[in-house]
Amino acid sequence: MISITVNGTSHDVDVPADMPLLWVVRDELHMTGTKFGCGVAQCGACTMHVDGVATRTCVLPVSQAVGKQIRTIESLSTDNSHPVQRAWIAEQVPQCGYCQSGQIMAAVALLQKTKKPTDDEITQAMTNICRCGTYGRIKSAIRRAAGEA
Amino acid sequence: MDAPALSRGTFIRLTGATGAGLGLALSFPGCAPSSQSGGKDFSPNAWVRIAPDDTVTVVVNKSEMGQGVSTGLPTLVADELDASMNNVRIQFAPADPKYGDPGLGGDMITGGSTSMPDSWLPLRAAGATARAMLVAAAAKQWGVDPATCTTRDGVVYHQPSNRSASYGSLAATAATLPVPTDVPLKTPDKFTLIGKQGRRLDLTGKVNGTIIYGIDVQVPGMVYAAIARSPVFGGRVKSFDATKAKAVPGVTAVVQVSNGVAVVAKNTWAAFQGKNALQIVWDEGPNAKVSTASLFADAERLAKTHNGEHVAASRGNPDSISGTVVQAVYRGPFLAHATMEPMNATADVRADSCEIWAPNQVQLRARAAAAKGSGLPPESCTIHTTYLGGGFGRRLEADYVQEAAEVSKAIKSPVKVMWTREDDIQHDFYRPMSLNVVRGVLSGGELRSLTHQVVQKSWYRSWWPALVKKGVDPGAMEDVTDAPYAIPNFRATYIDHDHPITAGSWRAPNANWNCFVTESFVDELAHTAGKDPLAFRLALLRHDPRATNALSVAALKAGWGEKQQAGIAQGVAVTLWNGSYGVIVADVSMQDKMPKVHRVVAVVDCGTAVNPDIVVQQAQSATNFGLSAALTGKITIKGGRVEQNNFYDYTVLRMADAPSIEVHVVPSTAKPTGIGEVCTPPIAPAVANAIFRLTGKRVRELPFSDALA
Repeated sequence: MISITVNGTSHDVDVPADMPLLWVVRDELHMTGTKFGCGVAQCGACTMHVDGVATRTCVLPVSQAVGKQIRTIESLSTDNSHPVQRAWIAEQVPQCGYCQSGQIMAAVALLQKTKKPTDDEITQAMTNICRCGTYGRIKSAIRRAAGEA
Repeated sequence: MDAPALSRGTFIRLTGATGAGLGLALSFPGCAPSSQSGGKDFSPNAWVRIAPDDTVTVVVNKSEMGQGVSTGLPTLVADELDASMNNVRIQFAPADPKYGDPGLGGDMITGGSTSMPDSWLPLRAAGATARAMLVAAAAKQWGVDPATCTTRDGVVYHQPSNRSASYGSLAATAATLPVPTDVPLKTPDKFTLIGKQGRRLDLTGKVNGTIIYGIDVQVPGMVYAAIARSPVFGGRVKSFDATKAKAVPGVTAVVQVSNGVAVVAKNTWAAFQGKNALQIVWDEGPNAKVSTASLFADAERLAKTHNGEHVAASRGNPDSISGTVVQAVYRGPFLAHATMEPMNATADVRADSCEIWAPNQVQLRARAAAAKGSGLPPESCTIHTTYLGGGFGRRLEADYVQEAAEVSKAIKSPVKVMWTREDDIQHDFYRPMSLNVVRGVLSGGELRSLTHQVVQKSWYRSWWPALVKKGVDPGAMEDVTDAPYAIPNFRATYIDHDHPITAGSWRAPNANWNCFVTESFVDELAHTAGKDPLAFRLALLRHDPRATNALSVAALKAGWGEKQQAGIAQGVAVTLWNGSYGVIVADVSMQDKMPKVHRVVAVVDCGTAVNPDIVVQQAQSATNFGLSAALTGKITIKGGRVEQNNFYDYTVLRMADAPSIEVHVVPSTAKPTGIGEVCTPPIAPAVANAIFRLTGKRVRELPFSDALA
């Protein structure tokens, strides 16, 4: 058994130590907000916070998440009241929406570290892929969230 | 004002709903109205259903893949119904010919930017008819003339007697009334929602992770599977050893299916690991030596010998014109779709039923695939369409449905078959490679003659054969035969280049390539003629006021002809896609042998913009999608297999390279003509034309990373 703490709740899971955190959360804990996109830490659809750091969990063995605080998209708010969620809605960012859990988690981590990021800082931090090409609106939403926060 | 998103709970509740309410069955024009069921039941072929709690459920017979159809189509109903969007819910249509699109041969297809134009009248009629019946119900209850009643935000009012009744309270009575025919539709000045800014209905679940894509479907007792497919196109399993795969913790079964070997496991990760551990001997078949080089050599031979060439369009006498001759050959690569959500489907095959949950763009074909995979008749197969994590044409195929049904049947359990990104990149239905030979003749500074030969595999031949007529695939000739230019002497010819690389629809097929040729070559001709490229185009578009207007607006907004910053040049391109016009002006500089696109001005004329911000979203999206492919997109073949694997070698656009995109929507009250694709074709040639102005180098192949290396 491996014990992990996701969104403040402790879970015991019977999985191999090298199973990526993404699949533990999705298939064992049945929390499906975090997505699978590439399996090689390229696209960022699987982004969660591990001890506050935006982490691509499709390559993070669950054993390395033991004893750490794991936060997923499900933890932001139950009513979309988190400033980043509000900004995402105000700028009408999502199209297909599949990458947006990861985008939002990356943005939340950026804003926790850098309250008022410059455009360059946004571009450097936001390397997740969006095939719908919502990049311009993601940028606007981060600026908006930075202004509101 | 977001309506609650369709979560899985809602999904099941809706698909199983039989609550009291007004079920209104309306069919597309040309079909007799279906029977209307009243009282407690609702008709399964209803477009709109009103419940006692005032919710208005609209059945959406198109797939939501980001293009906004699950907001746009309900908007049509709600406007004519005078419903409040806050009360609108949606339900994706089941696979049923009743929901087929007459504009697409009765098939259920989400593609070709056809959803809005094809739904424009029928869904408005559905809303208007429902409204008329609700008004009639209220008038009956109150004993007043229906003409003295008004409606607003889901309520019928009778002002003379100061009475009102919500739609929900009238639903049961309305359901007992006869369905009127030919209810008049609103004139555009009466629209309350159409053309006004309204939020997408799917935002809420897309910012908190609750919206359900195919990958998120969970069925009780479900297991997971991954399939090893032949790396060589057309190859088959010769033999396999599952010993090591079965030794992977969590793997429960290994079964052979028609397209490979499936590893079944307790979770996705174990299935992936088990698949990697399979030892398979493939019969590679006849294609093991096919390569990109061999395919282009074949294409060039076909182009030169004119073997299998068919005339797609012809006017005047293009061979008899004398003047300055310009000739060029353009080469386009294969492209993968790389939707963010890799292919997947969940299947539950029982002795007499097959249930499928899948992100798909083709419900009836998915049902046929389920029937094939399960061995059951189509009528025994149910398709639940989830939200799609991107489509772009890839999900117009249903290969992932058939294989999931096969696996479920073999293991007698519900199963989700999940593709890895590598599976997705290497087993796609690719935008076909293309060889285009163009020849123009200029006389007196005017384009007098143009011939355009296209050598390209036909994907319609297998996907929609009825559309291939006299050897010409119309999809392969988009933006060639129907390029908007008036050229007095013109001939377009087509050669179907048959080869084993699977081909399919890719956003704006295949204008997504042909527009690059047409619009780059028009630029070449303008240069040779010594004309400004925009003025040269305007002269060729004199006959087309909408094209002229879109180009003129683009020139104005982009500051065409004005002095640019040092190192920046502009390029322009125009396209006409299924009735919509798209013009792009790109501001480009060169950085390390690659174009850097700083700013894009996109002008679109798509008739009525039902939801203006979704139109802007789609213009931005389609532009970035085309730019992504133009910069670095290519699938190459070696040894009969795809050389690329994942996002590290099939690279796509990220924020750092995404330009600022300014969209201008031409105001219009014309019938809407679709917006999901029109900006994909013109971005690549607009950038290439700017590159020519900057460097003097004419780009005649894509991606730029190859052409400019």
